[in-house]
Amino acid sequence: MAELLPLSDALSELVADGDSVALEGFTHLIPFAAGHELLRQGRRELELIRMTPDVLYDQMIGMGAARRLVFSYGGNPGVGSLHRFRDAIEHGWPHPIEIEEHSHAGMANAYAAGAARLPCGLLRGYLGTDLMERTRVAPITCPFTGQQLVAVPALRPDVAIIHAQEADRAGNVQLWGIPGVQKEAVLAASRSLVTVERVVDELEPRPGGVIIPGWVIDAVAEAPGGSRPSYSHGITERDNDFYRRWDAISRDREAFVAWMEEHVLAGVHAG
Amino acid sequence: MSGGNGLPTAGEVQTVVAARQLAHARSVFIGVGRPSTAAILARMVHNPQLVLVYESGTVGAKPRHIPLSIGDGELAETADFVVSVPEMFNYWIGAGRVQIAFLGAAQVDRFANLNSTVIGDYAHPRTRLPGAGGAPEIASSCQEVVVIVPHTRRTFVPELDFRTTVGHGDGPGFRERLGFPGRGPSAVITDLGVLEPDPDTRELVLSAVHPGVEVDQVRAQTGWELRVADPLPTTEPPTDAELAALRELVSR
Repeated sequence: MAELLPLSDALSELVADGDSVALEGFTHLIPFAAGHELLRQGRRELELIRMTPDVLYDQMIGMGAARRLVFSYGGNPGVGSLHRFRDAIEHGWPHPIEIEEHSHAGMANAYAAGAARLPCGLLRGYLGTDLMERTRVAPITCPFTGQQLVAVPALRPDVAIIHAQEADRAGNVQLWGIPGVQKEAVLAASRSLVTVERVVDELEPRPGGVIIPGWVIDAVAEAPGGSRPSYSHGITERDNDFYRRWDAISRDREAFVAWMEEHVLAGVHAG
Repeated sequence: MSGGNGLPTAGEVQTVVAARQLAHARSVFIGVGRPSTAAILARMVHNPQLVLVYESGTVGAKPRHIPLSIGDGELAETADFVVSVPEMFNYWIGAGRVQIAFLGAAQVDRFANLNSTVIGDYAHPRTRLPGAGGAPEIASSCQEVVVIVPHTRRTFVPELDFRTTVGHGDGPGFRERLGFPGRGPSAVITDLGVLEPDPDTRELVLSAVHPGVEVDQVRAQTGWELRVADPLPTTEPPTDAELAALRELVSR
């Protein structure tokens, strides 16, 4: 049963140096507050897993928290490059990182396989591309039809961290709007934390609402505004201006570090 | 650049021509940028029933503004329905339920294969690009693909640095051998003209130039010996209605 905890306590309990951690949220509901708290707690050597690294992993990679990155699209949506992600891969700054890259379909199926506790996911993908040689997939033949398919190994993160709009006091969670791959990430992981905009007495059913029961979650932490500059549908709006501004902030190493020190490391944690 | 009543820019012509591809389509898969602008324009001027599908899971989105990201709130608010990422890629894209896909890329080769992964060597890239995203499975499974890219020698290369996404592979039979459900790229729309695969060889052939563009200009911006249709038509210039709608959309 999910325990309601302050964010800093939840993270120090659930995440250790060297863990594989998936902070998910497909453009929407990205758990920025939790990621920033991991940086303040000085976590290192993480295997960071995320379909779209986005600005959050750009920040975590640039601050040297990542040993390895598993991803499928490393851009700043609609803006351009993630400069810290590029600097790490192109120049090994602040240190080299290992990468494992997939397509969206591959990674989504890898999460779904992890959630189902199956060893691999199956898809019609990767075939004919150079990705086949560069990532962890293997061709497989359907035993019934002889069709050529590709198997992608299940993702089983040590910890999944997601953000949602609401939880009740028993730690049942509801999110709505673009659901991404968050339910799969929580069910694929060994441990999980959900940060929420607010804790309510009773969850009110929402159109398209996704419920994740408290009995598959380890901890719930209240973090109002915890997805900013991403957004929580119906509560906050995506800060598109910030995503545009990030391009200039992140281009230069020193300007980036100064910005992170001022806005993230010195920040009072949300617990 | 262009003022209020000025002549259309090359980019505007590219967007307008791309939008016309959707005049009779049922559904289109789009990323952000010019493809998204073209699809929204198509709904405004040609095809109000067109179903816009974004990979964030928003199906039937009706944005009034050009979204910055594929996950902007307006897309979810206006969608007919919203699905998870695994559902999007398995039930809708993988199953071939989306008719046309608009894709961009950093490099295109003569068989309309695409690179969006690296420039240079994979292990030590000169430029690390964002990576595959949804493109490989979109290109293998959507019924038809339209590639939308700027026409420069940097983009139109003799050999890709990395094949992220299969267009027509190495030529005839390539897609069929891999069992791809979709027909692959039917057109590449650039700011200079339109290229279409030869039905027999599958090699891209310049099939139209935009108004005012010379063939030599296109050849100079293509990194291989470009084949050119004879006779070579010129695309219809944007109508006043198309141009006014596009400029109004961009200014919102």
